[in-house]
Amino acid sequence: MSQDGVNKGRRTLLVGATAAVGAVGAGFVAVPFVKSWNPSERAKAAGAPAKVDIGKIEPGAMLTAEWRGKPVYIARRTQEMLDTLPGLADRLKDPENTVKSQQPAYADNITRSREPALIVVLGVCTHLGCAPKYHPEIKPEPFDENWQGGWFCPCHGSRFDLSGRVFKGSPAAINLEIPPYMFESDNVIIIGVDEEKA
Amino acid sequence: MSKQQNTLMGWIDDRLPVTQTYEKHMSKYYAPRNFNFWYFFGVLSMLMLANQILTGIWLTMNYVPSTDAAFASVEYIMRDVEWGWLLRYMHSTGATFFFIAVYLHMMRAILYGSYQKPRELIWIFGMLIYLALMAEAFMGYVLPWGQMSYWGAQVIISLFGAIPVIGEGLVEWIRGDFLISGATLNRFFALHVIAVPLVLVMLVVLHLLALHEVGSNNPDGVDIKKLKDENGKPLDGIPFHPYYTVHDMVGIVVFLMVFCTVMFFFPEGNGFMLEYANFEPANGLKTPAHIAPVWYFGAFYAILRAVPDKLLGVIAMGAAIAILFVLPWLDRSPVRSWRYKGWFSKIFIVIFAIDFVLLTWLGTQPATTTLTMVAQVASVIYFAFFIFMPFYTRMEKTKPVPERVTGGH
Repeated sequence: MSQDGVNKGRRTLLVGATAAVGAVGAGFVAVPFVKSWNPSERAKAAGAPAKVDIGKIEPGAMLTAEWRGKPVYIARRTQEMLDTLPGLADRLKDPENTVKSQQPAYADNITRSREPALIVVLGVCTHLGCAPKYHPEIKPEPFDENWQGGWFCPCHGSRFDLSGRVFKGSPAAINLEIPPYMFESDNVIIIGVDEEKA
Repeated sequence: MSKQQNTLMGWIDDRLPVTQTYEKHMSKYYAPRNFNFWYFFGVLSMLMLANQILTGIWLTMNYVPSTDAAFASVEYIMRDVEWGWLLRYMHSTGATFFFIAVYLHMMRAILYGSYQKPRELIWIFGMLIYLALMAEAFMGYVLPWGQMSYWGAQVIISLFGAIPVIGEGLVEWIRGDFLISGATLNRFFALHVIAVPLVLVMLVVLHLLALHEVGSNNPDGVDIKKLKDENGKPLDGIPFHPYYTVHDMVGIVVFLMVFCTVMFFFPEGNGFMLEYANFEPANGLKTPAHIAPVWYFGAFYAILRAVPDKLLGVIAMGAAIAILFVLPWLDRSPVRSWRYKGWFSKIFIVIFAIDFVLLTWLGTQPATTTLTMVAQVASVIYFAFFIFMPFYTRMEKTKPVPERVTGGH
């Protein structure tokens, strides 16, 4: 084929148009590959509520329940423990629960709970997702000389008080999440549902 | 060329350039005659890649990528499969030695300016290999589904959550679930055994093609193509085969002796290669008391932890890796090798090497107040090495580079 009299402009346009149509096609083909990485229907359906018997939790003790594969900490705080909460405001990043997504409306209080003594909190550090450890005693700890009780994350040293509120100087930015929950009876709670959604 | 020869090789060469390719890359590839100890680590990296691919394929024959069976299938390989323990230890020890070889290989490039013009692309392909290798090692560590697999994955994937706006959705997309689960394990298995190895091998091919196009650098940073004999052969070059193939075999034997000593006598590497927490099956409700990455990620992990802010920490860690990519453009020195650079470069390179080892160690230790402060200072030094490089390499007084290479065989 002769190269004489080639219309370069038309050739560029045709090459460009073909490439553009091809790119759009490739974009559409990419959709199933990308979307298949999303949580599957089965994963979405697995979020069943969890029933937990709280009757045997002694004052000051904590129980770990499982909800949606994640740890949920349920602790019964003593009056002495609750008394530490108001005095900590200066040392906390968000003492007033301003990040509303971290707790349901009924837990938007200083104890971050329905019943003052009983706290139900997601055991997932808001930094990088490790499970913080429960250090309830008021005593100097290696990570905090003036420790007033709470949770300490072993991964990167985030500290939370007994209401799950994050201390200043922690890599975590926001308070631990309070999941939706409700009392079925005095001794049984259901995690994952509340009256508002039931 | 043997095109006119009436032989089997001639017949093949008329259809596929086998002889031509062999000559270009082996028997007529002229490498500088003054390669030293540091020049073993390229071929040793390739040896470890081959080891990982071979043992990896064999491990998949018994490994089961599911949350119920993964941990037990690794135990099964270790206890019941004939020689399974050896295949697994070759693979796990191989990962460590792969990184040792790659780190020393990169150090060699920094010492002798092997990234400088015209070898920028070789360096970039090398960095992409390093990046793919890190992804490969991370996902491989998740597969045994022990406690460290699970929580390591939790922490590393959560890093993406620090990205504003899209972070949370991205984390969910990577995990394929609302938590680290079988979906995550299965896709990591697919990426670890197929996708990333394919990319790695292709990048290694590009790395070598780019290298053989411009030719190897050497400890003097002298361009050996400047001075050639009457046949057009570089005066300071010797054919890669047989000179360096035989020479490399010595290095390979010594390297494998060290490799075997570690594999047979210290397969767990005192908790640095196989962490003790990983001998416990994954438990999503309980984090081990001390979470640490395997040693080869230590430096970047230490930088992450040194910054007391989630997003800035992730940015610092990403920047620590990203800044390596632009190294060829940060070094403004008129000479390549540190032998002829000024005192600033020499001292800074030594400090950098010590600093990187220190960061690596820090990353494996619990973050106490003192160690965090040390990590912060070390992180600043790490970045200072790169950020000030355009200035000290340009201002310092360099020594004259000789016409011919020094030393060698």
